Amino acid sequence: MTENYSAILYLVSSVCFIMALRGLSSPDTSRQGNMYGIAGMVVAIGTTLALPSVLSYEVIIAGIVIGGAIGTFIARKIEMTALPQLVAAFHSLVGLAACFVAAAAFYRPEAYGIGQFLAIHPASLVEMTLGLAIGAVTFTGSIIAFGKLQGLITGAPLVFKGQHALNAALGILLVALIAWTVSDQTQLGFWLILILSLVIGVLIIVPIGGADMPVVISMLNSYSGWAACGIGFTLGNSLLIVTGALVGSSGAILSYIMCKGMNRSFFSVILGGFGGETDGAAAKSQGDKSIKSGSAEDAAFIMENASSVIIVPGYGMAVAQAQHALREMCDILKDRGVNVRYAIHPVAGRMPGHMNVLLAEANVPYEQVLELEEINRDFNQTDVAFVIGANDVTNPAAKTDPTSPIYGMPILDVENAQTVLFVKRSMASGYAGVDNELFFRDNTMMLFADAKKMCEEIVQALN
Amino acid sequence: MSSEQLLDRARQLAEEAERLASESVRLVKEAAQSVTTSAPPETTGVDPFIFGLTVLVLACFVGYYVVWRVTPALHSPLMSVTNAISSVIIVGALIAAGPAETNFSQIMGFCAVVLASVNIFGGFIVTQRMLSMFKKKR
Repeated sequence: MTENYSAILYLVSSVCFIMALRGLSSPDTSRQGNMYGIAGMVVAIGTTLALPSVLSYEVIIAGIVIGGAIGTFIARKIEMTALPQLVAAFHSLVGLAACFVAAAAFYRPEAYGIGQFLAIHPASLVEMTLGLAIGAVTFTGSIIAFGKLQGLITGAPLVFKGQHALNAALGILLVALIAWTVSDQTQLGFWLILILSLVIGVLIIVPIGGADMPVVISMLNSYSGWAACGIGFTLGNSLLIVTGALVGSSGAILSYIMCKGMNRSFFSVILGGFGGETDGAAAKSQGDKSIKSGSAEDAAFIMENASSVIIVPGYGMAVAQAQHALREMCDILKDRGVNVRYAIHPVAGRMPGHMNVLLAEANVPYEQVLELEEINRDFNQTDVAFVIGANDVTNPAAKTDPTSPIYGMPILDVENAQTVLFVKRSMASGYAGVDNELFFRDNTMMLFADAKKMCEEIVQALN
Repeated sequence: MSSEQLLDRARQLAEEAERLASESVRLVKEAAQSVTTSAPPETTGVDPFIFGLTVLVLACFVGYYVVWRVTPALHSPLMSVTNAISSVIIVGALIAAGPAETNFSQIMGFCAVVLASVNIFGGFIVTQRMLSMFKKKR
């Protein structure tokens, strides 16, 4: 009877999690959705604690207090610009937790009712080792992603000869190890799976460059879900299976959206090697073309006399922490009757929706922040496009030059605006290593400065 | 029948009963063993794996439709909230950490509880922080 009760409570918790995701369909319902998520988690933990086999409350509460304190501290301190790193770090914890749970289940299967030590039901052992492998890949993969985003390791892709062959061989070896562990019930096999998966996690993320990070983070998000799913199968717990599937499909869909935003296939991202390799020759050959560079005063004058301005933010804005200064600038323009809106490219920033969060942090009303499809047609009737810290997502070569690495990627058509203002620190090319012909157009003015400083100077000039 | 014979007979009977009792205990133990080791018990009908698979496939469909409805502006909170709820793996950790005696599995369970808790608290709080920025302005 108690088992039925806990199963029903787990069902309640699953429904809460579905409602949590459902709430995110609009900013108005999102906070309520998050409350559903918290409620679901409380129900899940409470139900598990009430199970007759769970006795050592002191230890468990100590664990929750320690973990909770660390989590709360980090979540309160973190800067919104560092969000991608934080999410990557959190993913690694889910992966590691999955490994620990798999190890616990392997050494004490009786607790989960899946057999005896070294005599685990084969089906459960397959699920357990899969959960272990995915968890371990998520763990080291996320650590590498964290290192790249935090700048601890170079964001450039690390490629070497025979990389794909090595990865494929390791993948086959992993499958063989799982088969051996299940048929022979060996401890050695279990630990070898763990070690091999940890290595694979590192190897699949190192070749992926900085610009592809949005895909990587979404992908790791998906993996952490599937790891939970694998453990859910082992424990025969439908809550874990449901939640794992929700998280897994969410991450997969985000990866798909990000890939589409870059017009790249998922597999080409996974195989890596894109971005970071600075194409010196292409950049140099443009040397003789002339560019027009302007000052903050020029920019202030142009925008003040415009009737509509579209702001195009990119990762450079996040790096410079320019969102507050930018909002201040836009407020002044709005006060002078200029119609100011923001255009967000799907892959702007280092994680899905990153720019939206930064602008929201700077108190930009979300109604003024528009997605690519919503605003792209409006560039025709726009006086000024103000591109701040973005580059590749505005490059017309994506439409005109079939030889360009970014050919086919959907771009924001800033070229159609009357005047384009580019805030950039230097003439360096973007992550894709491609030169942007827009810089050399007659209606383009380059504003060479740090994004934040430039916004502040424009604000001064406007006053 | 003398009382001595009667007593003897009774003693014999008692011994027989004792032997039978121990035999039956042994049989029950054997039966219990065979029930726990033979998986799955024939009476359940559907393999638990098939049951799990059913849940998985249906949940994937729910996830697919729910996530496509999420507005692109909230994709970052979506990531952090899915990260928080994937820590529901703490359920498995709690069962491992549950037993009163300390052993390898319990220590593993404890570590998993700590990690998952970091994620649960961190994930929900950072999501809440983000979402509170998406309030309607004025």
